[in-house]
Amino acid sequence: METTVAHLKRGQRGIIKEFTENLLPIKLLELGCLPGNIVELVQVAPLNDPIYINVNGSHIAIRREMALHIALDIIEDNVVI
Amino acid sequence: MSKQINVALIGNPNTGKTSVFNQLTGLNQKVGNYPGITVEKKEGICKLPRGVKAHILDLPGTYSLNTTSLDESVAVELLLNKNDKDHPDVAIVVSDVENLKRNLLLFTQIKDLKIPTILVINMADRMSRKGITIDIELLEKKLNSKIALVSTRKETGIEKLRELIADYKSLPKTQNVNISVIAPDYFEKLSTTFPKEDVYKLWLVITQDVNFMPLEKTLFKDATSFATKSKSELKRLQQKETILRYQFINGILKETYKVDVNAAKGFRATLDKVLTHKVFGYLIFFLILLTIFQAIYGWSEYPMDLIDGFFASATEWVKNTLPPGVFTNLIAEGILSGIGGIVIFIPQIAFLFLFIALLEETGYMSRVVFLMDRIMRPFGLSGKSVVPLISGTACAIPAVMATRTIENWKERLITILVTPFTTCSARLPVYLIIIALVIPEGSFLGLSYKALTLMSLYLMGFGAAILSAVILNKILKIKSKSFFVVEMPNYKLPLLKNVGYTVLEKTKSFVFGAGKIILAISIILWFLGSNGSSDEFKNAETIVTNRVEQEGFSTSSEIYFDTHQDGLDINNPNASDQQKELEERALAQEIAGYKLEHSYMGHMGKAIEPIVRPLGYDWKIGIAVITSFAAREVFVGTLATIYSVGNDEEETIKNRMAAEVNPRTQKPLFNLASGVSLLLFYAFAMQCMSTLAVVKRETNSWKWPAGQLVFMSLFAYIVALIAYQLLK
Ligand SMILES: Nc1nc2c(ncn2[C@@H]2O[C@H](COP(=O)(O)OP(=O)(O)O)[C@@H](O)[C@H]2O)c(=O)[nH]1
Ligand SMILES: [Mg+2]
Repeated sequence: METTVAHLKRGQRGIIKEFTENLLPIKLLELGCLPGNIVELVQVAPLNDPIYINVNGSHIAIRREMALHIALDIIEDNVVI
Repeated sequence: MSKQINVALIGNPNTGKTSVFNQLTGLNQKVGNYPGITVEKKEGICKLPRGVKAHILDLPGTYSLNTTSLDESVAVELLLNKNDKDHPDVAIVVSDVENLKRNLLLFTQIKDLKIPTILVINMADRMSRKGITIDIELLEKKLNSKIALVSTRKETGIEKLRELIADYKSLPKTQNVNISVIAPDYFEKLSTTFPKEDVYKLWLVITQDVNFMPLEKTLFKDATSFATKSKSELKRLQQKETILRYQFINGILKETYKVDVNAAKGFRATLDKVLTHKVFGYLIFFLILLTIFQAIYGWSEYPMDLIDGFFASATEWVKNTLPPGVFTNLIAEGILSGIGGIVIFIPQIAFLFLFIALLEETGYMSRVVFLMDRIMRPFGLSGKSVVPLISGTACAIPAVMATRTIENWKERLITILVTPFTTCSARLPVYLIIIALVIPEGSFLGLSYKALTLMSLYLMGFGAAILSAVILNKILKIKSKSFFVVEMPNYKLPLLKNVGYTVLEKTKSFVFGAGKIILAISIILWFLGSNGSSDEFKNAETIVTNRVEQEGFSTSSEIYFDTHQDGLDINNPNASDQQKELEERALAQEIAGYKLEHSYMGHMGKAIEPIVRPLGYDWKIGIAVITSFAAREVFVGTLATIYSVGNDEEETIKNRMAAEVNPRTQKPLFNLASGVSLLLFYAFAMQCMSTLAVVKRETNSWKWPAGQLVFMSLFAYIVALIAYQLLK
C-alpha cells in the first residue's frame, strides 16, 4: 500500500509525490499542497481525526479521508531543521 | 465636488483585511448583507489626499478566484462584473508577511484580470522576529505593481497606502502570468471566438459556477459551450494553472524574499501542543466555555438589573408626568417596555462577542474547530457550533448571532435552527415556580426530585437540539463545500481596536436589526392586553368595586392579606393605615386582573382554551402562554395579573397558584400532570419573539423563523399532550 499523509507520525515529514484522487479540492493545492513540497504532521486531534499539517509554511487541518489521497515519500532524517 | 472611487480589500482569511479596513475608515463604516444572500457586506468611506474620497469594501476572505463557497463567489463576481456599482477601481490585495508566497497566488490572478492592483504586505512588525527581509523595490518591479509595507498593529505604512490609493490612475494594468501555456490550443480557440474579451476572464467564467449578473451572462452565453471539457479535465487544468502560478511566484521570491531560520522565534509549536492536547486541550476549552457562560449568565446580571431599574423608573416617571390617557399608556407600557426589552439584551450580546472576538483574534477558534470537529461531525454540526450551542444556555439571541463564525452555510443554518432548544436563562423563572408547585419533596441518590427535574429539563433541551440537528442534516438539501480544510493561523495578541469594533457592530446590528421587530410585537401585545371592546372591560372599575363592597375580597386577595399579615402589628397605632393601604392595593390588583380577563388578550386566551385544554391548562394559563411570547419570563407576571396578586411577590403568586382549582375536575389546577405538561411545553416551544427576530435577521428570510416556530410549537404541544394524558 502506498504511503500517504495519513500515515505520518507526529513530527515526521515527507515529500508530496502525487494525488491518488483527481478531485481533491483545488483549495488544498492553492494552500501549497503541491507535488514536491514538504509536509510535516504537527498534531493529531484526540479522536485521531482531523490531522494538523504544515505544508510549505501553511498550517492547515484536514480530515483523514482527504489525507489518504496525498501520496508521499517519508523523509527519514534525524536532522533537526 | 470631489469624486468617489471604489476600492475593494481582498485577500486570504486572517491577513488583516478588516484591520486595514478599520484603519482606513475608522467609525465611518456600516455592515449589511449582499442583496438576497446572507454574506456580510462591510463598507466604509475614507478621505484621501488631494480631495479624493474612496468607498472601501471589505470582501470576505478567499484563497483564490477559484471559489468554493458563496462568500468567495461574492468577491469573484464583483471583480468580473464591470456593471456592478461596487466594481472596484482599485483592488487592494492584503497579504501577511509570513505567508506572502501563498497570498501572491491570489494577487497574480487579480492582476491578470487587468484591474489596477496594490499589494499590501501587512504585519510588518513580525518581520524581525521571524527573520524575514524583503526587497520591496525589486518585488514592485517584478510584479509590476505598487506595494505598501504596513503594520496595522504599529499603525505604520497606512499613510503610504492612502497616497497609493489617491494616485490610483498611475497604477499599471499589466498581467503577471499568461495562462494560455497550460493548454495552448484550447485558449487559442477561446480568444478567436471572443476577440474582445480577455482569456483569463473567460476562463474564470467557464470554471466558476457564479451567478453572474444577467448582462454579463448574455455576453458570455456562448462561452459555456467551451465547458465541453469534462469536469475532471477542467479540474486538471486548474491544477496546472495553480502550479504555473507558483512557478512564477517562486522565481520572484527567490530573489526578493529571504528568511533567516535561525532568527525565527515562535511559541506556536508549544502552544499548539498544550491547546490541542487530548486532555489539557479539552480542559482549557471547558474552562473558557465556563468563563463565557459565567459572563453571560452571571456578570451580565448587574448591568441588566440596572437597565431594568432604569426602565421601571422611566415608565413610572412618564406615568406621573404626562397627562393620563391612551397616549401616555402607549409610551409607558408599550414603547418604553418594548425598548427596555431590546436594551436588556445588550450586556449579554456584548459579553459573548467580547469573548468570541478574543477567541477569533488570538487564533484559538481554529483550535476549537480542530478539537471538536470529529465529535460534532455526525450531527451535521461544525466544531464552531459548540460555542453558540453552549451560549444558548444563557440566551439564544447572542448565540444565534455567534453562528456567523461558521463559514459553511448548511452547518450554520442547522446551528441557528437548533440553538433555541437549549435551555436559556429566561426559562428559569417559569421552571422554578412550577417545579416548586408540582414536584414532590423527596430525593433519589441524594439529589432532590426538584433538582433532578431541573437537570432533566436542561438535558432534554440539549437532546432536542442534537436530535433535530441530525434530522435537519438529513433533510436539508443545501449545496455547500463538503470538504474540510481549516487554516490554523498563528497565535497573536488580540488587537483591542478590532475587538471593540466587533462588539460595537454586533450590538448595533441587534438593536437596529432585530430590535425593530421586537418593538413592533411588544406594542401589539400591549395593545391586546390593555384594550377591549366589551362593557365589562370599559366598566371594570365600577364592576369590581361594587363586587368587593357586596361580596368582599376574592380568595386571591385573602391570600395576599395572609401573606402580609406578619408585617402587621396590632399594637401599632398605624396598623389600620397599613391595613387600608393593603386593601387599596388589593382592589387595584383585582381591577387589573378583571381588565386583562376582558381585554382582547383575554378573549384570545379563552378562544384558545379548547386547544390547550387537552394539555391540562385553562384559559388563564392560555393567556399567559400567549403573552409570554414576548419573553418567557412574562409567564409568571401575567399569571400574577390574572390572579390579581402583586407582580413581584413570589410567595403570594405561588400560594395563589397552589389554591387555584380546576372547575372541571375540582382538583388543583397545578398538579403533577398539568405541571409537567407546562414544563415540557416551555422546554420545547419557541416562546420568544426576540429569537425569531434575530433568526430572521441572520437568515435574511422569514422562511426559517416561521418553520422554527411551527415545528417547535407543534413538537412542544405533542410532548406536553402525551405527558398530560399519561400522568392525569
Ligand atoms: N502582528 C500583527 N497582527 C495583525 C496585524 N494586523 C492584523 N493583525 C491580526 O491578524 C488577525 C486577523 O486580522 P483581521 O483584520 O481580522 O483579518 P481578516 O480576516 O483578513 O479580516 C487578528 O488577530 C489581528 O489582530 C499587524 O499589522 N500585525
Ligand atoms: Mg475580516
